[in-house]
Amino acid sequence: MNWLRKEEWPWWQAGLLLGLLNIAVFYTANYYLSASTTFSRAAGMLVQVVAPAHVAANAYWQQVKPILDWQFMLVIGIPMGAFLAARLSHKPVKFTTELPQTWVGRFGTNSARRWLGGLLGGIFVGFGARLADGCTSGHALSGGLQLAVSSWIFLAAMMLSGMVMARFIFRSA
Amino acid sequence: MGPLEITGSPRLLLGLVTGILFGFILQKAQVTKYDKIVAFFALKDLTVLKVMMGAILSGMVGVYFLYSIGLVNLHIKPTLLGANILGGLIFGVGMLLLGFCPGTCVAAVGEGRLDGLFRGILGILIGAALYSEVYPFIQNNFLKLGDYGKLTVPTLLDANPWVVIVPVVAILGGSLVWLDRKGL
Repeated sequence: MNWLRKEEWPWWQAGLLLGLLNIAVFYTANYYLSASTTFSRAAGMLVQVVAPAHVAANAYWQQVKPILDWQFMLVIGIPMGAFLAARLSHKPVKFTTELPQTWVGRFGTNSARRWLGGLLGGIFVGFGARLADGCTSGHALSGGLQLAVSSWIFLAAMMLSGMVMARFIFRSA
Repeated sequence: MGPLEITGSPRLLLGLVTGILFGFILQKAQVTKYDKIVAFFALKDLTVLKVMMGAILSGMVGVYFLYSIGLVNLHIKPTLLGANILGGLIFGVGMLLLGFCPGTCVAAVGEGRLDGLFRGILGILIGAALYSEVYPFIQNNFLKLGDYGKLTVPTLLDANPWVVIVPVVAILGGSLVWLDRKGL
């Protein structure tokens, strides 16, 4: 199958397949494509190691329990699928700590700076997704297709702040 | 009828298989790269937007069709204006700085880019843990701000879903093709 070996699928093919996958998820799992709740569960598992009573008493972790569920397995599957897809392409998969090109073009190769920016970005992503009750998968993709008002508000807010920041930070890039 | 809803341990296997397919498509769409995400927010390369909107529109038609014949349920997240807006704003800034969202971050690791593992996964875990710590203080005040419950555009307009879906697919779908032809 040459198609599976292609380095990139056209946007409409990838989009259509993601839509079909989500439809299959609604039917088979009675749920929707989503990812970020798993990070709360995983964080609960990690904090549990040092402070089990604290996690048990926390109102959020009482709702989003630190357990392995369908979505947790989905998040474990994502890197496996991405590896397979990259492996099937003609370019070999190489595990690298190289910094992204655009980042280097703007901030240079200083690794402490990327740690600061990336970690801060990650914290914002993790916190924002929990506060909004979803991320690009659960809100944008799955809520968007259900025409949920909450999800379109999230999508608009996220694109707005990302675009303003992009103008601010990467104006010259 | 209703959905199939696989349960028990096969459900975990189903999650894994779904995730593998999800990661596979994300990688082939090339949306798992920092440079693509930044180019999207800078409006220089709209691949991320086109893939996302393509997935939303095709999923919309399919899910609402299966819903109309009773084969799936809808899962609407409640509209909480304060939380949806503030959470979205914070998320957007984070996504630009990190260059990934949660799903593409783990996908990037599978593709070999460990930037996503060290800063991304670690950061998102810390952010999620911080939220659990903050939650008890905001659950009865900030989170209740602008609470409109499970609201969809069709219920808001009191219209048949297809009255919304047909024009949305036509207009957004047309815009995507137009953007694509413009080379964006």
